[in-house]
Amino acid sequence: MELWFSEFHAPDVKHSIRVDRHLYSEKSDFQQIDIFDTPEFGRVLALNGNVMLTERDEFIYDEMITHVPMSVHPHIKDVLVIGAGDGGVLKELTRYESIERIDLVEMDPQVVNACRIFLPENASRLDDPRVHIFFDNALRFIRRCTDQYDLIIVDSNDPFGPSEGYFSREFYGICYNALHEDGIMVNQQGSPFYKHDADAMKRSHKHIVNTFPISRVYQAHIPTYAAGYWLFGFASKRYHPIEDFDPERWKKLHLETKYYTTKLHIGSFYLPAYLEKMLEEVE
Amino acid sequence: MEQRKRKLDQTQAPIYEALNTFREMRVVPFDVPGHKHGKGNPELTAFLGEKCVSIDVNSMKPLDNLCHPVSVIGEAEDLAAEAFGAAHAFLMVGGTTSSVQTMVLTACKRGDKIIMPRNVHKSVINALVLCGAVPIYVNPEVHRGLGISLGMRRESVEAAIKAHPDAVAVLVNNPTYYGVCSDLSAIVEMAHAAGMLCLADEAHGTHFYFGEGMPLSAMRAGADMAAVSMHKSGGSLTQSSLLLTGPNVNAGYVRQIINLTQTTSGSYLLMSSLDISRRNLALRGRQVFARVVAMANYAREEINAIGGYYAFGKELCDGNCIFDFDPTKLSVHTREIGLAGIEVYDILRDEYGIQIEFGDIGNILAYLSMGDRPQELERLVSALAEIRRRYQKDSKGLLSQEYIDPVVVMSPQEAFYANKKSVPLANSIGEVSSEFVMCYPPGIPILAPGERITKDILDYIEYARVKGCSLTGSEDLSVRNINVLA
Repeated sequence: MELWFSEFHAPDVKHSIRVDRHLYSEKSDFQQIDIFDTPEFGRVLALNGNVMLTERDEFIYDEMITHVPMSVHPHIKDVLVIGAGDGGVLKELTRYESIERIDLVEMDPQVVNACRIFLPENASRLDDPRVHIFFDNALRFIRRCTDQYDLIIVDSNDPFGPSEGYFSREFYGICYNALHEDGIMVNQQGSPFYKHDADAMKRSHKHIVNTFPISRVYQAHIPTYAAGYWLFGFASKRYHPIEDFDPERWKKLHLETKYYTTKLHIGSFYLPAYLEKMLEEVE
Repeated sequence: MEQRKRKLDQTQAPIYEALNTFREMRVVPFDVPGHKHGKGNPELTAFLGEKCVSIDVNSMKPLDNLCHPVSVIGEAEDLAAEAFGAAHAFLMVGGTTSSVQTMVLTACKRGDKIIMPRNVHKSVINALVLCGAVPIYVNPEVHRGLGISLGMRRESVEAAIKAHPDAVAVLVNNPTYYGVCSDLSAIVEMAHAAGMLCLADEAHGTHFYFGEGMPLSAMRAGADMAAVSMHKSGGSLTQSSLLLTGPNVNAGYVRQIINLTQTTSGSYLLMSSLDISRRNLALRGRQVFARVVAMANYAREEINAIGGYYAFGKELCDGNCIFDFDPTKLSVHTREIGLAGIEVYDILRDEYGIQIEFGDIGNILAYLSMGDRPQELERLVSALAEIRRRYQKDSKGLLSQEYIDPVVVMSPQEAFYANKKSVPLANSIGEVSSEFVMCYPPGIPILAPGERITKDILDYIEYARVKGCSLTGSEDLSVRNINVLA
């Protein structure tokens, strides 16, 4: 028997992964949650039929969304993470001893529970004493915060499901308000390749540009995401992602990484021409 | 009520069922509409979907006829009457405007007086233009702090009835656009004691019939007719509506009045949407509206916690001109953050991609319904918090809305059809208007045909224009000139 998981990356494009075994399939109050084993990508978490992470390539996403801001801002103590119920981002963040507090706001407790059981490696740092988990709507949580965080990481689902509100102008506005005067917000910004994704990416970039004085986009190669090509937004009140980047300081931490390097840090902000043009259109 | 052949209950939806059967019969259409189940208009079919256009059909025996319902439409009307506690219900396809018009045309003839609050929807006064009845306005009180017009005081209605014992009907907003209710039971009693009909504009009151803890519905209060916008809180398609009548109204005569102006090609899309929505309300209305009320209460708490805004609710009730308040209505007073409601309304749409129902001088209204989800509510509340953070300013100099007592010089019909001339609005003080001026939404006239134009009225219109309200009603689309009596 052949068992395949398929996901539409665009209306006329499908990405398929062979499946060994379907381990978990539940519908929570918010979404359909599936976890399955695959020969090529290892264990996979899918929400509403979209791949969120695979054991094989999750390091790229988690490292790039974490180490880029951590190596720019010299003293990050208070961090807010939105989404990320799988725990992957926490795994990277908790490697920094300088961080004192990590608040994690996840809307769906069932994602966290499922990941604790089926993705224990990924979820291994959910119980770090610095981590506080809040099961809440992020808009609701953040709008109560003013001047509280050095870094906000928005690790949300795509902008077409229950996370749509995390790509809105009001969301970026309340994040701005929740950050200290030198705070940074990093978000997953989708893919620029297929039209549907590109339009959403432009919309959210426009909102961020209108909210933060510094707003830059950087990129990574993530095989299981649409077009294998993914973007992150770097929005900041004071620090520039390259001009204020201090590679030597970061190197002294001796953090071993599989994707992120200090050279790649700078390179990831150099974008292809078509993407530069797309971003300029809305800036 | 006529005797139908079949015994039906609220789990059924006769028009919907007949359309399903009709689809299965694969009848060959040599009748109108000419698109022939969509085949003749592939672009339209691609846009609306084949399922939709295939039931856009004409009246025929198995599907009944809206102008003279004897089978499935009649059955759907019976079920609607039962669900709403009315003696008779009419499916309407010309919007609640057509229901309001039918109420007025049923109750009034040329020259008859009808008692009503001035903050009626323009469709009421339009009906007066059609039939030649004369409005006797009751001053709806205005809330001083909020600047919204309220319900009618019992004493004011009583005085109007006493001063005009020859009036034929009293019309009541149940509730107003903002959700404010008058003491409907008392008004029904006073009207009936004086031999008058009581008519209710329930454009915003569908859910009163199904939700728990709602203000009293017109049929339960004993009113004679009610215009119910099923397409607002009831969930049916835009332009569909219900007209309800009580036991003392001749349903056959009402049907004749409806047929004076109603299309003879009633849309089955609209009628089936009424049928399906009625079934949903009858079976699940209680839970549906409990959810809406919970969301509205939550939003009120969250918005009031932001500071500056005032999302008002039942605490306004005073036992008289705010006899009750619709708990599903999310109205927010914005003047304390230094912005007019209409400015907040525009910012929400232009910068946050959030469309709310309307904004006026001092307030906004976000319409909550069975289609809302908590995550969108969080966006609305957060956007309001952001607007406060980014735009808050001193509220000095912002106008509060005052009730301007209209000076009615002649009936709306006389003024509308009189010899008239067009003059610049600024030069019209002292003249008698031949047309409407209003902000739309909410569509409540600032000036109606037959009323004298005063400086207060012009000041208000210009202020509304500057703040960005969309002014409508006059022949001159720019609303710079106005037709006045020659």
